[in-house]
Amino acid sequence: MRIGVITFPGSLDDRDAARAVRLAGAEPVGLWHGDRGLRGVDAVILPGGFSYGDYLRCGAIARFAPVMAGLVPAARAGLPVLGICNGFQILCEAHLLPGALTRNAGLKFITRDVPLRVENAGTAWTRAYSGGEQIVVPLKSGEGAYAADAGTLAGLEASGQVVIRYAGDNPNGSAAAIAGVCNAEGTVVGLMPHPEHAVDPLTGPSADGLGFFASVLARVAA
Amino acid sequence: MTVTDTVARAAATAGLPQPFAELGLTAEEYEKIVATLGRRPTGAELALYSVMWSEHCSYKSSKVHLRQFAATAPPSGALLAGIGHNAGVVDIGQGYAVTFKIESHNHPSYVEPHQGAATGVGGIVRDILAMGARPVAVMDALRFGPADAPDTGRVLPGVVGGISFYGNCLGLPNIGGELDFDPSYAGNPLVNALCVGVMRHGDLQVAAASGPGNKVILFGSTTGPDGVGGASVLASATFGDAASDGTASAKRPSVQVGDPFTEKLLVECCLELFAGGLVTGIQDLGAAGVACATTELAAAGTGGMLVRLDEVPLRDGSLGPPEILMSESQERMMAVVEPGRVEEFLAVCAKWDVRAAVIGEVTDTGRLVMTWRGETVVDIPPASAADGPVYHRPLARPASQDALAAGDPAALPRPADGAGLRADLLALLGSPGLADKSWVTDQYDRYVRGDTVLAMPDDAGLLRVDEATGLGIALATDGNGRYCRLDPYLGTQLALSEAYRNVAATGARPLAVTNCLNFGSPEDPAVMWQFAEAARGLADGCAALGVPVTGGNVSLYNQTGTAAIHPTPVVGVLGVHDDVRRRVGIGFRDVSADLVLLGRTEPEFGGSAWAHVCHGHLGGRPPAPDLDAERRLAALLAAAVAAGLLSAAHDLSDGGLAVALAESCLRGGTGCTVRLPDEEFTALFSESAARAVVAVCPGSETAFGQLAEAHRVPAATIGSTGGDSLTVDGCFAIPLAELAAVHTGTLPALFG
Repeated sequence: MRIGVITFPGSLDDRDAARAVRLAGAEPVGLWHGDRGLRGVDAVILPGGFSYGDYLRCGAIARFAPVMAGLVPAARAGLPVLGICNGFQILCEAHLLPGALTRNAGLKFITRDVPLRVENAGTAWTRAYSGGEQIVVPLKSGEGAYAADAGTLAGLEASGQVVIRYAGDNPNGSAAAIAGVCNAEGTVVGLMPHPEHAVDPLTGPSADGLGFFASVLARVAA
Repeated sequence: MTVTDTVARAAATAGLPQPFAELGLTAEEYEKIVATLGRRPTGAELALYSVMWSEHCSYKSSKVHLRQFAATAPPSGALLAGIGHNAGVVDIGQGYAVTFKIESHNHPSYVEPHQGAATGVGGIVRDILAMGARPVAVMDALRFGPADAPDTGRVLPGVVGGISFYGNCLGLPNIGGELDFDPSYAGNPLVNALCVGVMRHGDLQVAAASGPGNKVILFGSTTGPDGVGGASVLASATFGDAASDGTASAKRPSVQVGDPFTEKLLVECCLELFAGGLVTGIQDLGAAGVACATTELAAAGTGGMLVRLDEVPLRDGSLGPPEILMSESQERMMAVVEPGRVEEFLAVCAKWDVRAAVIGEVTDTGRLVMTWRGETVVDIPPASAADGPVYHRPLARPASQDALAAGDPAALPRPADGAGLRADLLALLGSPGLADKSWVTDQYDRYVRGDTVLAMPDDAGLLRVDEATGLGIALATDGNGRYCRLDPYLGTQLALSEAYRNVAATGARPLAVTNCLNFGSPEDPAVMWQFAEAARGLADGCAALGVPVTGGNVSLYNQTGTAAIHPTPVVGVLGVHDDVRRRVGIGFRDVSADLVLLGRTEPEFGGSAWAHVCHGHLGGRPPAPDLDAERRLAALLAAAVAAGLLSAAHDLSDGGLAVALAESCLRGGTGCTVRLPDEEFTALFSESAARAVVAVCPGSETAFGQLAEAHRVPAATIGSTGGDSLTVDGCFAIPLAELAAVHTGTLPALFG
């Protein structure tokens, strides 16, 4: 089981994502933004950070990186892909996921341990959870407010594509308190909170985040 | 039309008036330059000397006092590189070494808070990188004017936003620091940024240009006119270069602009260069930019260097030699590379999209020579610029110290009953300096890199260094301007004591010290007396505690008119933790754990938070440091944590036991009940040093008692954890919800 972790210029949580993969029992494989190939991995994680500095719009430049030319068709063909924070923003910019991430309500960067509810435990990345389960995972972002038009939001709700929702206060003004969504097939998941920072109570608020990485193992093994 | 001010022209125009005073040089200093060179300096040379001999770069007023840090440093087997390097390097065992340093960015942060603070982070990170280490965390010590002053509403959010912007984008966890307010900082906020880095022993890099023929490479951002404060003076002078005397470059903001994305690439690029063995010498570019990097590299190496200034990649083509030398454009480094490795070096830079240019080479001429369009514009002995002048400034204890000392807080009215004590505790907890700092710290990423074990509001930041063994490091910074105003010698030792104690409270063993000495004008003998006393206090304190000073920074001229800031030495202590999995935080998490007060409590209220918050009073003497007691307390805490006897530990400092108990209750979400000796006011609010409160794991009470006795630390069981209020028997009970509301409401109400 090999899971690729992409490093863009300005990726920051690539090391953490690789550690989470390892703790879950898989082999992390580094993928470089400038390479088109995916090195035959079984799944891919786009980690958090500030790709290309995010001086334009978050993820807007990373979307055009050579590695995305290989990733987008693979994802459309069913490769499990997880985007965390900046990775979620990139997946939205690449139109692998619907909607967009905008500046937090309050306009400040927020680091906070947030309670989340797993709304869809059937995706490639959430199968280790049970539906409605509450978990605590750190959120750390300045542009984490999920936004989509009313029709898209209604569609997401109807089709179960809202994967993760903020269970406490809505920390950043996300539409319908949405913290993470998936594509129609449930193979591509993006979320703003950082499950890779909740894999060990020593360094995070919990180990609740490990389930994301364990989920994809179960799926690929099956 | 003007012409380039070359060395030849300077030799031929001896009497030409030069704007040395506008560049901050005295007539004596200017004469010394002329005597060194045997002619007047060129415009580029004058620029170079003026920045190298500035207080900021040369430490000319402070040097004579800083020498005692090395002279009286206790013997330490842990020190791999000491004072004089970009940052000190400490052996933490298992083949790992740690380098750390704190530096000020006070003045830029007042002018432009966001960029000033951001580039403060960037600068200290490059210092750590230049030692060969991977930067792994940052901290910041901040001081502002009164919290409710309108200008604080401009400066504080800007500074915090700048640190957040730069540090978060750089991917470094922010694991702690300080925040305090006082009117003396109204026109002079303090922004002191600390960075810590980790490397293997063999990774240590040197800042020296050795080996004639080796290439000098400037890499990172392009060079622009940012931070060129004084060069506009040169640009308008008669010797100015044709390209640099236009109005285009004469009016520039004096604050640099930071680009953390480029810095992130620069960090990864440098680490790959180091790993490939492609670098023989490296220096970061900070204050005084190319001028400083070239002179220091040359002075520390073979001694000579030839630099072609035309090769410096510019972002503004109108810059001439003086501006290129003085530019403080951020995110730049300078490397010395063997000719045969240049191609590989440039390939690594290209991989990381980092611009690099060979701008010169090392020579054995003993001269730093720079050319511009084929003509020589700089030709100096590099040590003459790098070493700088040394001043023995006059110093005098001001008579006002006596009046201050006479204002004993013992005369202040004290709360008469339980309700009064309760009210004073709530006033302290809600005061801006002691209130919950989440409004600030929530804007920082403390999780990135995944090794943060403890961060604010715990006593110290604690980082895991090795996942397999649990080896880690703890860091804390402390400083108390009120104590230092009353007595700079004792106040500095108290700052050292507190940082040392904070590190120990996690279970770590303190190893080394860094410092940032923030003072007013060195030309004021009273300020110079404060400075000398502080330096002496720190040197004596470090000797007594057995921890060496490994490096630091001095910031002078922090004053408005004749009013200086409180003398504010900020002391950072680094400790090693043998197994971070055994760490304790400040939070009370278990119920029915015995609470034990460690140390001796005396009625000490001079400079205390209680006198400040409840009476607006500053006077008397600060608490007496007891360095021997600090050593014993730290040893006890390390032993008790290693043995797994404690579930929480919190040092006692501002606001005394009362504030410490409240913080521990709120942090862990568990209340406590304590019984105090008859003099409750002193027990609650005294700020006697060398004290901590610990929660003992049930069943370990006897073992801990014996351990405390063996370490000769006074230990009194004062109560136990549990419940949902902070209760002082016979005095008051405050529900945690009420404590939390008071504690967390202040900063959001002030800053939105």
